[in-house]
Amino acid sequence: MIARLSHASIYVLDQESAYDFYVNKLGFKVHTDAPMGPDMRWLTITPPEQPDLEITLMPIKAGLMYDQETADALTTLVKKGTFGFGVFECKDIYATYEELKAKGVEFKKEPTEEFYGVEALFKDDSGNWFSLSQKKEAPQS
Amino acid sequence: MSSEAYPKVYLYRRVVQAKLYIDEHFSEKLDLDAISDEAYFSKYHFLRLFKKIYGKTPYQYLMSVRMDRAKILLEQGNSVSEVCFLVGHDSLTSFTGLFKRKTGLSPSQFQKQHQVRKADQAQTPLKYVPNCFAEFNGWTENSNFEEVQD
Repeated sequence: MIARLSHASIYVLDQESAYDFYVNKLGFKVHTDAPMGPDMRWLTITPPEQPDLEITLMPIKAGLMYDQETADALTTLVKKGTFGFGVFECKDIYATYEELKAKGVEFKKEPTEEFYGVEALFKDDSGNWFSLSQKKEAPQS
Repeated sequence: MSSEAYPKVYLYRRVVQAKLYIDEHFSEKLDLDAISDEAYFSKYHFLRLFKKIYGKTPYQYLMSVRMDRAKILLEQGNSVSEVCFLVGHDSLTSFTGLFKRKTGLSPSQFQKQHQVRKADQAQTPLKYVPNCFAEFNGWTENSNFEEVQD
């Protein structure tokens, strides 16, 4: 039986720029930063309160995983904002939204009431987008 | 919904600005009363809202920022006494005691632990990479990465 998610990957256009975005703007922690040869680096980060979920910042590079044509196509799709990679939860979406906006993060959707809580959408420095959400508190029984 | 329309947007902006001010000026002798005055006309209301949003009082938040920054500076190889003063503490003894209470390790133990892990990542990076990714990238066939070490 599958129990939990330990690793997930995000395709990024520039690993160093993505490091700055996720660590310095979003406040994620670096989990592993291991050199994998002269021009490769295994870089994983974790959400501030989820230290055991490693998110790999995966640069798009032609190689064994895919050829140049695929890498070019993937780059184009990421730049176009094709991929929505997930949902990040926060305790106070209005404060988080104001803070990220002040740090220059681009939002596609401002905090909006939904049936499950409040949601906003933001883009990372590559073009990937994420939902930022605050769940509605469960009614007191 | 417009950002201007959500509840008490001006209050959020003031509290967030105060939080960002602490993030930037954590190493200075901060007058948290002054930050409260700057952020909102009622200190009591400001403190209550800050704690509601961040789960900590501004002072507790300042201490946590200093602790987080101290960890980064230690990981970067700065000496314990340098780090103590760089994050705004006056006393090495109280900084060391606080650090140990928060992390369970003394600053020097924390730094040593990080150095060991960093050296291990440089020497045997494949230990840290799920094999599927390593194989796809061809790293398992060229697992000697010694040439990239400092």
